[in-house]
Amino acid sequence: MPQFQPVLLANVHNEDSHTLRAYEAVGGYQSLRRVLKDNSPDDVVETVKNSALRGRGGAGFPCGLKWTFLPKDHPGPIYFCLNADESEPATFNNRILMEEDPHQVLEGLILSSFATKTSTAYIYLRYEYPLSLKRLQGAIDECYAAGLLGKDILGSGYSLDVFIHRGAAAYICGEETGLIESLEGKRAWPRIKPPFPAVEGVFRKPTVVNNVETVACVKHIMDRGVEWFKSIGVPPNPDNPRDAGSFGPKLYCISGHIEKPGCYEAPLGITARELIEDFGGGVWKNRKAKAAVPGGISMGFLRHDELDCPLDFNGPGKYDCLGLGTAAVTVVDDQTSMIDVLHNCCRFYAHESCGQCTPCREGTSWALRMMDRIRAGRGRLIDLELLLEIGDSIGIMPGTTICGLADGAAWPIKNVIRKWRDECEDYIKTTNPSGYMETDPVPAMDLVQLH
Amino acid sequence: MTSEKILTDQMIAEIQAYFPRYPNKQAVTLPALHIVNAHLRHVPLQAVVEIAELLELHPAEVQDTLTFYGFFKQEKPHGETRAWVCRSISCALRGGEEVLAHLCETAGINPGETTPDGKLTIEAAECLGACEFAPCMLAGEDVRKDLDNAKADRFLEELGIR
Repeated sequence: MPQFQPVLLANVHNEDSHTLRAYEAVGGYQSLRRVLKDNSPDDVVETVKNSALRGRGGAGFPCGLKWTFLPKDHPGPIYFCLNADESEPATFNNRILMEEDPHQVLEGLILSSFATKTSTAYIYLRYEYPLSLKRLQGAIDECYAAGLLGKDILGSGYSLDVFIHRGAAAYICGEETGLIESLEGKRAWPRIKPPFPAVEGVFRKPTVVNNVETVACVKHIMDRGVEWFKSIGVPPNPDNPRDAGSFGPKLYCISGHIEKPGCYEAPLGITARELIEDFGGGVWKNRKAKAAVPGGISMGFLRHDELDCPLDFNGPGKYDCLGLGTAAVTVVDDQTSMIDVLHNCCRFYAHESCGQCTPCREGTSWALRMMDRIRAGRGRLIDLELLLEIGDSIGIMPGTTICGLADGAAWPIKNVIRKWRDECEDYIKTTNPSGYMETDPVPAMDLVQLH
Repeated sequence: MTSEKILTDQMIAEIQAYFPRYPNKQAVTLPALHIVNAHLRHVPLQAVVEIAELLELHPAEVQDTLTFYGFFKQEKPHGETRAWVCRSISCALRGGEEVLAHLCETAGINPGETTPDGKLTIEAAECLGACEFAPCMLAGEDVRKDLDNAKADRFLEELGIR
């Protein structure tokens, strides 16, 4: 692999990197100045479409294509929502960008808002990021003072207001229509699509929802061009006409049982093993990896012999994981019980299910109750089948829920039980030697400490 | 309702300052809840009624949104410091749940509860997005990093709890 120079993280270690002065010293807002002078919004849309940039928030939907879903010649207003509700366990790449280089995020946001003819943009920021709030608000204030935001930006005739909207500690607000409902002041229940947000989003107006890292990429695409962007990463698989490829730089988070946890930038397509060894300094305490999450726990788990999985948009799917997700890798060492790991995942989804769709609300909470019972030494082998039944039946893929939270809840269950079947069975047999074969219904355990 | 008003002029002004940001007042629900919570450390029912009046909503609409989040306490204020201790995967793998248990045991409360002197509320949190510092917690606006029992003890000492 040729030496890769970070782009998104190029300036995060500079002194006062969060200030306008430091950002402009490294060429900040030059792209914006040029685009506002020389280009039309459609030029930006076309460039981003040609770059094949895919959304960095988890689903990997082509960004330029999403923008083209906006109705043509709409009288407005069109709204832009920057999704900064980063809540997928083990994911913190957006936080690094917002804390250490907020102007890069804002330049990308202004360019993206210009492209989509938006005059109001909301940054939906998760509550748990007080430093991001401070740094983003500081950057926004600097931009207004410098004429980079507000009316008639840089004399271009284009006007944009940016407001931060704080969440209140709910994972579901990261789902784009949940975010929209929350922004409107309602419970964050995801909407049935269609209509898609591009047609009818926040305040019933056309709306674009993009992730923080996605708009940061837009800035660099406008800066360095389509060819540069497509020179990084993995081209589409010619055998798969629906594959848009995995181009560009990506921020990977690595955490858990790792020597050097952190956020690192690499070309899309680096393998999990390269990330663990070359960036993360290997598994901690000289232990071996037993499992690794490829991109937030919603994506499921890779086994120790699957770590050559490329972390591009198609890689994890080839190993029965859900996808690349947020590209947040969590390493689990060989002294950890996968039952404990799965219990932790199940508790997360039982807590974060929004409660709107019955299969998700009931499925996640019953999965947790069963995992509680297994860990209490009262598991039965049939529980593994019951858990798999839940895993196989909740989500948009089986068609039983409105949003993808349930698919994310299902994947750890399906992966852990199918990939570590022997370990799960051994655990149940060892901890419940007299009862593991029972199949009669048993009373549920109370949910402990759900909230 | 004949209860005394809870929202101060300052809170009302802070809430109204958000109106121009959105095309309707309902969108100010979350900001308003945050503003009241920042002042009172909880959002009692009377405050919900008054917020609803300001936003031209039914109190039930504000209450509906409030209860969805599990973030705003209503019965009594949370402690002077509210500490969110992460128990999600990356922290749990590095001892986060043990730190949470130790903090609770030492402070003599369960997750979600407040010490009798009102100094500290401990909350079990899902991923705080600071996983490179696992196990971690968010205490007020400070991220406490790479926690262990000794650091947890020091935190309680700073608050004068231990």
